Amino acid sequence: MMVRILALLLALTGLSLSPALAQDGPLRIEIDEGVIEPLPFAVPDFVAETPDAAQMAAQISRVIAADLAGTGLFREIPRDAHIARVSNFGASVQYADWKAINAQALITGAVAMAGDGRLTVKFRLFDVYSEAPLGDGLQFGGTETAWRRVAHKVADQVYSRITGEGAYFDSRVVFVAETGPKNDRKKRLGIMDYDGANIQYLTDSASIVLAPRFSPNGDRVLYTSYESGFPRIYVLDVANVGRRALDDQPGTMTFAPRFAPDGRTVVFSLAQGGNTDIYKLDLASGARQRLTDTPSIETAPSFSPDGSRIVFESDRSGTQQLYVMPAGGGEPTRISFGKGRYGTPVWSPRGDLIAFTKQHQGRFHIGVMRTDGSEERLLTASFLDEGPTWSPNGRVIMFTRETAGAGGAPGLYSVDITGRNLRRVPVDGAASDPAWSPLLP
Amino acid sequence: MRIVTRSLLVVAALGVAGCTNPDRFGANGGADGTAGYNAGGDVTTGGIDDPRSVAYFQQRVGDRVLFAVDQSTLTPEGRATLDGQAEWLMTNTEFTAVIEGHADEQGTREYNLGLGARRANAVLEYLVSRGVSSARLKTVSYGKERPLEICSEESCYAKNRRAVTVVAAGLTS
Repeated sequence: MMVRILALLLALTGLSLSPALAQDGPLRIEIDEGVIEPLPFAVPDFVAETPDAAQMAAQISRVIAADLAGTGLFREIPRDAHIARVSNFGASVQYADWKAINAQALITGAVAMAGDGRLTVKFRLFDVYSEAPLGDGLQFGGTETAWRRVAHKVADQVYSRITGEGAYFDSRVVFVAETGPKNDRKKRLGIMDYDGANIQYLTDSASIVLAPRFSPNGDRVLYTSYESGFPRIYVLDVANVGRRALDDQPGTMTFAPRFAPDGRTVVFSLAQGGNTDIYKLDLASGARQRLTDTPSIETAPSFSPDGSRIVFESDRSGTQQLYVMPAGGGEPTRISFGKGRYGTPVWSPRGDLIAFTKQHQGRFHIGVMRTDGSEERLLTASFLDEGPTWSPNGRVIMFTRETAGAGGAPGLYSVDITGRNLRRVPVDGAASDPAWSPLLP
Repeated sequence: MRIVTRSLLVVAALGVAGCTNPDRFGANGGADGTAGYNAGGDVTTGGIDDPRSVAYFQQRVGDRVLFAVDQSTLTPEGRATLDGQAEWLMTNTEFTAVIEGHADEQGTREYNLGLGARRANAVLEYLVSRGVSSARLKTVSYGKERPLEICSEESCYAKNRRAVTVVAAGLTS
């Protein structure tokens, strides 16, 4: 446990460690065994260690609390119920006061602002009932403008230490922001924190854009745009928003791109002469390989995390179903056999599950199945749910939900893979086609 | 079910490798059926009663065919409309056309792009079979991105499952 945490922490930018007791307490959520009761925690406002840091300290505490409570696995004890007051980060913890309000986990912290645009955040996590720290205290440094990322990193630490799972709060989502009436939607690419904060736009809305997808390290985004008049795949550099068309073949339409786990290969659909098949493109050499060759629609390819296989949808059987084939092409194996149509498969980052969109009896569902198609579970149901994307730890799925009728509009939702904790992601305006980034460095 | 004639299509695709821009919903409204209308001037040149006009093609000949759910097979009504389109295109040889394939909202985004491509191609192949040069035709799929009708009922879906032939004068530029 400690080795893993230290390795993770050493990879963080601007990070320094302040050692404390390196002891894991028994505080633990085993979330694969059906948690029903969220774990109660307390986050008193972080201590301001410089005179101008009070507001920042309060904001950081609130983001940490929102991250944890938003998982559905934790429940915040309201601050007005707190008995103990934490005014000194180094002071000993008044465990009895926290037990009295049933806080099982306590997060304390301190914020200092150096005046040069940088801030320092320290935090400690305590198991109240064991009366012991849970893991080391840690210190994060960053710019003041990146304060939400620092808060997410603290929350990621708390989440990982208590659940034993990988974290996901310090991540971003690229999506399609939509405006205008249903028959004349304007679409542009947006990028935001996983919780809907800090939206920036990556394209204008002059042309239709669809289905952006992150590269494995989050530095690039693949998407489909109609700026040439035809659907065509582009790759965009997130840092400088530069973009270029991929594989510009006249007389064809390309869409549904995804990166391979190596970040050097792109798999996508190409339609020519009315027929849609799956191709693979080497970004450096431009070499293109055809992976399917049938008169049916083959689309929505997604690599397994080890890069060895591709899951995709095909209507070769007469309706949309899911298939798995070797990454180099070859005979696919059908994996979906339930009633209805299955599309948009996405391999989980853990490698154990495939998320998909299912249509059955006029309803749309987001579901998951094992990679051999067994143990199918539907997580949602509505007029139109589609396009799942995985959180970096494979725990949460974000997707598009569109409402019916002339005034219908899409929004982003997330759901735990247990099917619990369905939430709308707070985004101003209509939004669709989310894609979750990896955990940020 | 599949009516693809691939060799023909490859020729068509290569033959029209120009750069017309069919993403034209804002300016002259290919998909909403109002492109090129000569407002208030129906009897003047270019008006709806001028058989050589875009408005005539759209309204009198009929610029679109409709499809059954998840199908790209042309209906008898669709073929009759396309016979008229072919005749018009054979007469008005200075026009080129972009055939837009569309789907209703009851499907996933990627699949509907593939379905729209099938529908547009079914129209292209039929027009070519009636003598229109494939060099004058291009196809584009909009999937479910540009519904014409916006209710979420079959009455609207039926009008949205369409292929629209958008004609424009002059060579593709």
